[in-house]
Amino acid sequence: MAAEPSNKQAANRRVIGKLLLAVVAMFGFGFALVPLYDVFCAVTGLNGKTGSQVADFNNMQLDDSRKIKVEFLASLNEQMPWEFKAVQDSITVHPGQPAKVDFIAKNKTGKDMIGQAIPSVSPGIAASYFQKTECFCFTEQLLKAGEEKVMPVLFIVDPSISEDVHEITLSYTFFIKPGTEEAGSRVKTSSVSKTSANYTN
Amino acid sequence: MSAVIEEHHDDHHDHKPTGIGRWLFSTNHKDIGTMYLWFSFTMLFIGGALALVIRAELFQPGLQFVEPEFFNQMTTLHGLIMVFGVIMPAFVGLANWMVPMMIGAPDMALPRMNNWSFWLLPGAFGLLIASLIMSMMGMGSAPNFGWTFYAPLSTTYGPESTDFFIFSVHMMGISSIMGAINIIATIMNMRAPGMTYMKMPIFVWTWFITAYLLIAVMPVLATAVTMMLTDRNFGTSFFDAAGGGDPVLFQHVFWFFGHPEVYIMILPAFGIISQVVPTFARKKIFGYSSMVYATSSIAFLSFIVWAHHMFTTGMPVATELFFMYATMLIAVPTGVKVFNWVSTMWKGSMTFETPMLFAIGFIFMFSIGGFTGLMLSIVPADFQYHDTYFVVAHFHYVLVTGALYAIYSAVYFWLPKWTGNMYDEKLGKLHFWVSTISVNVLFFPMHFVGLAGMPRRIPDYNMQFAEFNQMATIGAFVFGFSQLILLWNVVKTIRGRSTVKATDQVWEGAEGLEWTIPSPAPFHSFTTPPTVK
Repeated sequence: MAAEPSNKQAANRRVIGKLLLAVVAMFGFGFALVPLYDVFCAVTGLNGKTGSQVADFNNMQLDDSRKIKVEFLASLNEQMPWEFKAVQDSITVHPGQPAKVDFIAKNKTGKDMIGQAIPSVSPGIAASYFQKTECFCFTEQLLKAGEEKVMPVLFIVDPSISEDVHEITLSYTFFIKPGTEEAGSRVKTSSVSKTSANYTN
Repeated sequence: MSAVIEEHHDDHHDHKPTGIGRWLFSTNHKDIGTMYLWFSFTMLFIGGALALVIRAELFQPGLQFVEPEFFNQMTTLHGLIMVFGVIMPAFVGLANWMVPMMIGAPDMALPRMNNWSFWLLPGAFGLLIASLIMSMMGMGSAPNFGWTFYAPLSTTYGPESTDFFIFSVHMMGISSIMGAINIIATIMNMRAPGMTYMKMPIFVWTWFITAYLLIAVMPVLATAVTMMLTDRNFGTSFFDAAGGGDPVLFQHVFWFFGHPEVYIMILPAFGIISQVVPTFARKKIFGYSSMVYATSSIAFLSFIVWAHHMFTTGMPVATELFFMYATMLIAVPTGVKVFNWVSTMWKGSMTFETPMLFAIGFIFMFSIGGFTGLMLSIVPADFQYHDTYFVVAHFHYVLVTGALYAIYSAVYFWLPKWTGNMYDEKLGKLHFWVSTISVNVLFFPMHFVGLAGMPRRIPDYNMQFAEFNQMATIGAFVFGFSQLILLWNVVKTIRGRSTVKATDQVWEGAEGLEWTIPSPAPFHSFTTPPTVK
């Protein structure tokens, strides 16, 4: 403790070195939280994030002893100028029974636009049991000016889903693909509207 | 006692630098500590003025004085200034002054870094306050998204000045990290011979642990604001669902910083109370080692409770239960501390000078805040309390009558050592009683309006909340202006014309190295290390 001055300086340097390392590590950890969060959500179905790939349900048994009501919500991100709705509000299915529902999107603007729909399933514990075999959310959707498109979703509820789940809500939000907004978009900075100009050309 | 002290009997032999350079280029822990404390005191009045704007607006339902947009800026800047500009710098200032003196060191381990840590702060807050001044001059809005700056309020919808705010937070963070490194290096390498870790005063211990918390979480805050910066300006989508990001992620990153931050603002307060109570009870602190272990446990637990701020964002029940139980667990080490303080007072020869009054006020009112915290930790109850004035009441009890009261206690406790003059005890007691009565008139009714459903951060409210809000506003103005008593008392003590000279020991029951050096503490102390038996 009462070390020689030079020892003390060396000791201080060691402490600074270690602590700065800790600072850098924690700064990195903050960024590592981003992938960690996604993995955590994917594993737990938290956040209602459903798989964005085609599900495989060859070995699913039909369970006709119970019914699940699946409700549909179609919404638009606030900058999205399209029209978007589900044809039906809800359908009732047995777990294991494939079902199909149509969504309709219309590009009301005068120019071609690309949108991306993000699905979300509520309650969160149902998310990993809600399997989609076909979905417009798997890919970006290009709608020409004024075009209306009927987009089907094929899904099946995994029969191993908890007995407690009687209703599932499937919601889609349509976003403008970042970088392809209309000119004069309120929030994004000029660099983004430049890319949007490139796109429309 | 004075055998360990060199020939510093008089300021004139102290070779202080003079003029503005003394402060700008200072590497002296006492001068830097003083600057931190004055900075914090100034910010207290600025942040307090903003709070009074909020309370004036809330005196009656409907809109009276300010537009909702400006009201949002008031709540945001009040929070940011009080957290980062008042409580944290005041504790760093106290650490600067007291840690070297308490462990028998001549100065901080890294004096030049110390200077830099301080001088970043006026820049950081200059930027933040500049955004408010520009807002008042009609040049766009100051930050208006609440001190928690949740995305997308601060990213997609943030005003232009958000980038000022981001840079300001970066500078505060660098300042805090450097301050923390300095404190750890000082405590590890500068202790006097014989000063083992388990002989260190509790204030030094609590700051040692707080410094580690700062090192661990200030970088995470920097991450959060960096992600905001790139989301806003460079086209990334960390928090933007349209680009595959998630605004809830922001809350996780923020509260991973934010919850340990809460303990950063209270652990040094625990340390102060653990110095003051034994002095005026004239007994050794009860359960020294349990104090150290309780502080460490709180620090550890602070990392695994962050999601209790986010119960209503939607989580699996198992996760909510985990965070609920982990949060409740914190009540155990905190209870140990309160028990130890009460046991220290038990059968002590107590006197009630101002520092002791503030310490007892702290123990009593911090416990109220602790209990409401326990209520908030209960998941089903939290769904009702979330974002209401109940939360506002809770955290003002732990931060104002908790952290701020501890700082007041420390200022009265050590002011005679710093200045060589006793403060005016009558004014001190007046300050305590006026503050304590008014602060309860201010914050206690908030529990009731909160439970009845009044949301926080809204400039208007339902008629039914009018009476309690009027009480709170009256309390706020009395509390706000009663802090001028402290200012007057401090100025009077520093001038020292009409006050009693302080002895070296200052307080009859005071023990520890800082009381063995003369009052006022000489510019350079412990140039030869004392020996601790």
